[in-house]
Amino acid sequence: MSDSPTEATKQPPMKVVKLRHPWRIVFAVVLLAAVAVFVIDAAQREAFDWPSVGKYVFDQRVSMAAGYTLLLTVLAMVIGVVLGIILAVMRQSPNPVLKSIAWVYLWIFRGTPVYVQLVFWGLLSTIYTTVDLGVPFMEAWISFPTEVLFNAFWLAVIGLALNESAYMAEIVRAGLLSVDSGQHEAATALGMGWGKTMRRVVLPQAMRVIIPPTGNEVISMLKTTSLVSAIPFTLELYMRTRDISVEIFNPIPLLIVASIWYLAITSVLMVGQYFLEKRFARGVGVRPDAGAGPVTASMSAVELEQTDAEAAIGAKHGGDAR
Amino acid sequence: MSEQTTGAVGEGTATTDATTPMVLAEHVSKSFGSNEVLKDISLEVKRGEVLCLVGPSGSGKSTFLRCINHLEQVSSGRLSVDGALVGYREAGGRLYEMHPKDISKQRRDIGMVFQRFNLFPHMTALENVMEAPTQVKGVSKAKAKARALELLARVGLAERADYYPAHLSGGQQQRVAIARALAMDPKLMLFDEPTSALDPELVGEVLDVMKGLAKTGMTMIVVTHEMGFAREVADTLVFMDGGVVVETGDPREVLSNPQHARTQAFLSKVL
Ligand SMILES: Nc1ncnc2c1ncn2[C@@H]1O[C@H](COP(=O)(O)OP(=O)(O)O)[C@@H](O)[C@H]1O
Ligand SMILES: [Mg+2]
Repeated sequence: MSDSPTEATKQPPMKVVKLRHPWRIVFAVVLLAAVAVFVIDAAQREAFDWPSVGKYVFDQRVSMAAGYTLLLTVLAMVIGVVLGIILAVMRQSPNPVLKSIAWVYLWIFRGTPVYVQLVFWGLLSTIYTTVDLGVPFMEAWISFPTEVLFNAFWLAVIGLALNESAYMAEIVRAGLLSVDSGQHEAATALGMGWGKTMRRVVLPQAMRVIIPPTGNEVISMLKTTSLVSAIPFTLELYMRTRDISVEIFNPIPLLIVASIWYLAITSVLMVGQYFLEKRFARGVGVRPDAGAGPVTASMSAVELEQTDAEAAIGAKHGGDAR
Repeated sequence: MSEQTTGAVGEGTATTDATTPMVLAEHVSKSFGSNEVLKDISLEVKRGEVLCLVGPSGSGKSTFLRCINHLEQVSSGRLSVDGALVGYREAGGRLYEMHPKDISKQRRDIGMVFQRFNLFPHMTALENVMEAPTQVKGVSKAKAKARALELLARVGLAERADYYPAHLSGGQQQRVAIARALAMDPKLMLFDEPTSALDPELVGEVLDVMKGLAKTGMTMIVVTHEMGFAREVADTLVFMDGGVVVETGDPREVLSNPQHARTQAFLSKVL
């Protein structure tokens, strides 16, 4: 970089013989061969029962179940994210009561297995047989039996969402902490209230930090929905395919069917994450060095590319440039 | 600029007229825990006055500025802007804490420019300048945009309106930050070391914008280490050290003939 750019670029290009990596090729060939053997073997193996896989993968019961799984995932995540934001904000609150409540909530919901929590939710109507309206500890005015109120699907959604919110709270909190305090200050000084500052300034920036781990959570949630049989709710993908496999006395093809659907949904969700990340990457990433160094904005992309090229040339030529 | 004391053209409430100082600090103290950062500060900034605040690092300059728009709460004393107490309402000889909404309202009239610019990185220069008028004052998008473009032109950045802060130099970012503060039509502008984070060759462009602003009669409090700027533009120079105002006066006099040993010691380091 210390050389003047013209001198560096004037040098005739050198012929470079690329370094070969013979062992990489050998390793790749061995691996590919092993995969091929496995695939060919699997295609012929009776136990996988591919005809059944083909038959059931688009079975209406299965696609309905996949719909339920997706619905459970989306609803539980949406509620989980909203509650997570509330909990994260509570944890930053100056009010010690709010702070401790949020802490205890996190302690309980992160500290117990989600399966155990779901069993509890399933037993809710056993524990609380009626919902009473009135003055606490007095004769109720109106009383509903809870069996009518609590349906298995919503219990599953709530059970998953409450567990999720404890994890989301920490993810959101990390996101909020990642935003420079100067941002809060600048917005405040402009006369923006706390809510506007959060919504317009802090959260959009926190999103960059929040989205990648949230994508992980969504995919993890998709798979956790297979545990809601604990409620019991049995219309989702895993239990439904299990029920069918009992009918045909072969669990293996339907496990494959379920896996195909889980993979398909995961792939769709990953595409969604890609677009979300792009959306919230506005204004960052292109020139992370700007503002810090003495580079002026008048420097065009072409000039930047040139400097990169210079650097590359300098690196290749090593000492002999001098 | 500081002789606007004659007219009796009251433009606001009964407490405000052209003779009311823009900022009035009376025995202001501020402590963080047991650390007393501001000690019994009294000073006055008249309408249209440019006051430069200088002093060593840690002397409480930023804290004083932040008290003026209630980013910090004073511990004791009275601080008012344009005749109204900052952050408090006075009734029957008592002070009542204001609701955050009302404090936000007070802040709208006070522009602040930070050392680290603090532009919103996810918004373009134009969006940065439009944000507060549209979100806080409810100005229509079209109006806010026209005004923002006008302000960006004024700070010499008309053609950078659609750039994100990360694509602007430090000097350009700071000029956008000034435009952003001006978009709220403040009656008072606070500058906290606006050029301290800039590379030397970019300092001039920001100071030029500030000089232009001073010429329009804007009341300004500027914390700075640029003594040339203070000498040329300021009506008053205040030297602070250890949380107290050590010396106040005409900048040319204070700079060439400082009265206090502490001022002399400081100036010998920065000049
Ligand atoms: N939020 C805060 N909490 C505790 N101490 C603070 C806080 N802000 C500033 N201080 C202290 O107040 C003193 C003055 O700081 P500051 O006003 O930033 O000085 P200056 O701007 O003149 O360099 C410093 O000693 C600093 O450590
Ligand atoms: Mg400071």
